[in-house]
Amino acid sequence: MGEAIVVTSGKGGVGKTTTSANIGTALALQGKRVCLVDTDIGLRNLDVVMGLENRIIYDLVDVIEGRCKIHQALVKDKRFDDHLYLLPAAQTSDKTAVQPEQMKKLINELKQDYDYIVIDCPAGIEQGYKNAVAGADKAIVVTTPEVSAVRDADRIIGLLEKEENVEAPKLVINRIRSHMMKNGDMLDVDEITTHLSIDLIGIVADDDEVIKASNHGEPIALNPNSKASIAYRNIARRILGESVPLQQLDSDNKGVFSKIKKFFGVR
Amino acid sequence: MKKTQNVTIKGTKDGLTLHLDDTCSYDELKKELDRKLSNSSRVQEEQQLFSVKVKVGNRYLTEKQEEELKDLIRQKRNLIVEDLETNVITKAEAERLRKETEIVPVARVIRSGQVLEIVGDLLLIGDVNPGGTVKATGNIFIMGALKGIAHAGSDGNEDAVIAASVMKPSQLRISDCINRAPDQVPDEENRVMECAYISDTQQIVVDRLQVLMRKRPNLTRFEGGL
Repeated sequence: MGEAIVVTSGKGGVGKTTTSANIGTALALQGKRVCLVDTDIGLRNLDVVMGLENRIIYDLVDVIEGRCKIHQALVKDKRFDDHLYLLPAAQTSDKTAVQPEQMKKLINELKQDYDYIVIDCPAGIEQGYKNAVAGADKAIVVTTPEVSAVRDADRIIGLLEKEENVEAPKLVINRIRSHMMKNGDMLDVDEITTHLSIDLIGIVADDDEVIKASNHGEPIALNPNSKASIAYRNIARRILGESVPLQQLDSDNKGVFSKIKKFFGVR
Repeated sequence: MKKTQNVTIKGTKDGLTLHLDDTCSYDELKKELDRKLSNSSRVQEEQQLFSVKVKVGNRYLTEKQEEELKDLIRQKRNLIVEDLETNVITKAEAERLRKETEIVPVARVIRSGQVLEIVGDLLLIGDVNPGGTVKATGNIFIMGALKGIAHAGSDGNEDAVIAASVMKPSQLRISDCINRAPDQVPDEENRVMECAYISDTQQIVVDRLQVLMRKRPNLTRFEGGL
């Protein structure tokens, strides 16, 4: 019996889909059987980020409405040798095509076969959000160091706390620009965590490589040399129960010291 | 055995008091009151109004009955009911009174979009985040940071106060008064351990917590030796 983790944020554009794709990838790299579920019906993206768009035959709505079996709709990611699957969202319907109960049933079925179900939630707090959260056991809230994103995260955390079957949510702070944080132009990590008062599960630096990788349909977590990739892998390890220290934010200046650290494998 | 009177009139230095017995029936009481007042009212044509107090003991009067008694006494020329006192209240009323004076502890974070409404005084163990609202009919005490909206005395109690360990509200409301945060707050300003109350000029004032003991001495409910 696996567990279902919903990745949500309230605000759009903070990196829910990227985070879902990369956490899923990183978990698969750790040898877990992972199923990614895109619940952003009508605006699906997860398949694009994963580079699986061309292989979609059936989608989430087809499964819900009984036009196909679950395993027919699941898209296998060949890079991971039977470890990573994607259940794509429908592009032609909208969020109302699915009800929370149906979602719950579907996720429960998937939990029989996979170690982790990573659910990519749409932006907003309406039907799409309710569907995404319905089957989840755990939640990861993604935010960026901006006041508006933190405000929405706060709202979402409030809603998640009302869900009985979802454990206390964990926080990912995405798109951190260390120089802005240092100058005090951006909220810093401590400020955000104390404000939201939930546990931090990872911080991810803003990295051009992430966008580049997404555009190529290759989640950044596959590239072991990028800082963001390591951040996502660390998150995956924390999900698995390891205790991994937070990444140092300002080690991106290529000084001698950081080179030495790199040499010894400390990142 | 001599039957005690159902209605006794006593004069004290504060004026007349009508004691209405609580063991007889209401109708009996009304009749006797009517008779007694008619008898005893001497023909005094100087139109000085006497105010009387009425004590009904352990009798529960509905609002209608209360009105009836007041009318009855009022009809007797120069008597006017100043105060009607009873020893009993309904359970519902008692419950309401109890709740109004109770301190309700709540341990959670009030997040954006959430509204916490309570009857009585609120003791919040946690923060109120921006976009969150706490409302209480009494006072509001916040152990954490107040960054959202707090509304004390929400059903009209102007004596209510708001106190917070960190006072950075987006809005403060007490009774009908509203006070919003200045648009520019100097970042370094340390708003710790502060309180808000309605001043004599009907405006919400934010001040050090310690002034409350002078401004609202009634906050102290501790009874016993100190």
